[in-house]
Amino acid sequence: MEATNTQKRDTLRQKKKPVSKDKVLAFLFLLPSLILIAVFVYGFIGWTGYVSVSNWNQLIPDMSFVGLDNFSSIFQTFRFQSDLRNMLFFTVFFIAGVVILGQFLAVLIDQKLKGESIFRNIFLFPMALSFVVTGVVWRWVLNPDTGMNIILDGLFGWTPGWYTDTTIVPTLQIGQIDFGIPLALIAVMIAAIWQMTGFSLAMYLAGLRGIPEELREAARMDGATERQIYFKVILPQLQPITFGVIVMMLHISLKIFDLIYTMTGPGANFVTDMPAVNMFETTFRGNYYAEGAAIAIVLLVLVAIFIVPYLIKSRKGEA
Amino acid sequence: MTKSLSKGIFYALLVLFSLFFLIPFYVMVVTSLKPFDEVSIATMWQLPSAINLSSYAQAFAKLVPNFLNSLYIVIPATLISALLGSLNGYVLSKWKFKGSEWVFTALLFGMFIPYQSVLIPLIKTIQVLGLYNTIPGLVLTNVVYGIPLTTLMFRNFYASIPDSMIESAQIDGAGFIRIFRFIIIPLSITGFVVVSIWQFTNIWNEFLFAITITGSEQQPIMVALQNLAGSQIVEWNVQMAGAILAALPTMIVYIFAGRYFIQGLLAGSVKG
Repeated sequence: MEATNTQKRDTLRQKKKPVSKDKVLAFLFLLPSLILIAVFVYGFIGWTGYVSVSNWNQLIPDMSFVGLDNFSSIFQTFRFQSDLRNMLFFTVFFIAGVVILGQFLAVLIDQKLKGESIFRNIFLFPMALSFVVTGVVWRWVLNPDTGMNIILDGLFGWTPGWYTDTTIVPTLQIGQIDFGIPLALIAVMIAAIWQMTGFSLAMYLAGLRGIPEELREAARMDGATERQIYFKVILPQLQPITFGVIVMMLHISLKIFDLIYTMTGPGANFVTDMPAVNMFETTFRGNYYAEGAAIAIVLLVLVAIFIVPYLIKSRKGEA
Repeated sequence: MTKSLSKGIFYALLVLFSLFFLIPFYVMVVTSLKPFDEVSIATMWQLPSAINLSSYAQAFAKLVPNFLNSLYIVIPATLISALLGSLNGYVLSKWKFKGSEWVFTALLFGMFIPYQSVLIPLIKTIQVLGLYNTIPGLVLTNVVYGIPLTTLMFRNFYASIPDSMIESAQIDGAGFIRIFRFIIIPLSITGFVVVSIWQFTNIWNEFLFAITITGSEQQPIMVALQNLAGSQIVEWNVQMAGAILAALPTMIVYIFAGRYFIQGLLAGSVKG
């Protein structure tokens, strides 16, 4: 394709030089961004990797090589083990919540009811907010002494401790920590799902609107009920979207920092701590730069395991 | 009969979920309008007895300088990263070269990394450049780490401009720059609106870079809000007024340009 185009242009214009000059020019315009990304992303990641195997665990840099000592010491801490547990459960429930609720609301809105745009706007509105604002507001709404608990107390006589609860269910002793779902994370999940459901809703709605009406018509002709059409015809069409939503939510969830930092902090017994928060506090509050760098590298590897195959796949799918 | 019944159920569900989604907004607005002596734990859900703006006065006094800092950061950073993104998107969609797809993929990876993995070198570099604790430092940072996303959005956008248009312009003797100036730019007004709105929202709401690169004087609004909310002595009504002030610009953008906001959301989600 490319070759034939070039040939066509060449035969039309009878000269080769201007085209290739433009190609060089195009590359030159791209170059500043490439250099910036090469330095600020790849160079800095390499630099962080270098810090993570150094002895820089005080304010003054000490770059002497210590191998993987920092990695083995962070993996032995109660805090980092808690982080990994929290990240696992938070990610699973957060993604499930966003995918299920977003798809459910999209299907409801897609019923061509009057006033659908009002509902859509309400559900998407939190997307415009910062995680910082979300954290500040939900901390007040889920404050155990007030907010939701006034309503729950009135209705059921039930006052959960929300993000102050240190219970872990079930309690399985693994390493230094109790493995299980920290109940305090539920409060954070609610806030995060509230904020990000709009994203999956918008993706699913775009997907639903992209399904040709003929497909439904054909199913109706075959005698399928509306419910069957949804479950057997429409929803399977949305699978690629689900995949995309999961990948986008996954990297948000693994990286989550702002919401935790503003809403709960690490929490008592680190029940709401996350690797990103741990890295920040270890590095800039505790001055353990090398250990902080090690946490960052672990976090990066976790994200890359999921993102790199996805990026390569979407590149190939396009070609 | 069953049709109207199921419609009724759909409405009921939508209203129920809407109420859940509106809770934080209700609490934020109601609390912010109360005077301090009415902000009690027991009466959280009640409307204020009279509208009282004293909490806004306090929040404004504390946050307006940071609000301005955020504006000084977000405006240049949005413009520069949109411009770079449009150039990159143009090159990567209309001037593909050998390996350009891989260059693009490598670029894209930059928007997925946890920024913790570049934070230590970033601070050292910003310090060496003399930009630590400055607004230009945050502008630079937001521009650089915004490049992958803006490039992606413009590239997806330019994919819909037919290659034949570029080819016929070349036959007419137009080169790289003329085509960009006279064909691409006029066709990408919507693209610029979408990308600018999306980047404005992202940078306004950004927190991690802001808290690591700036100290008290130069802090953007989100860091100041966190500090306001984190200190035990500040009352809830002032916190909520502060949260509203911090959220105001992006809320206004969403209300008046929601369509473009959603386009941005979809354009920035790689590809399903």
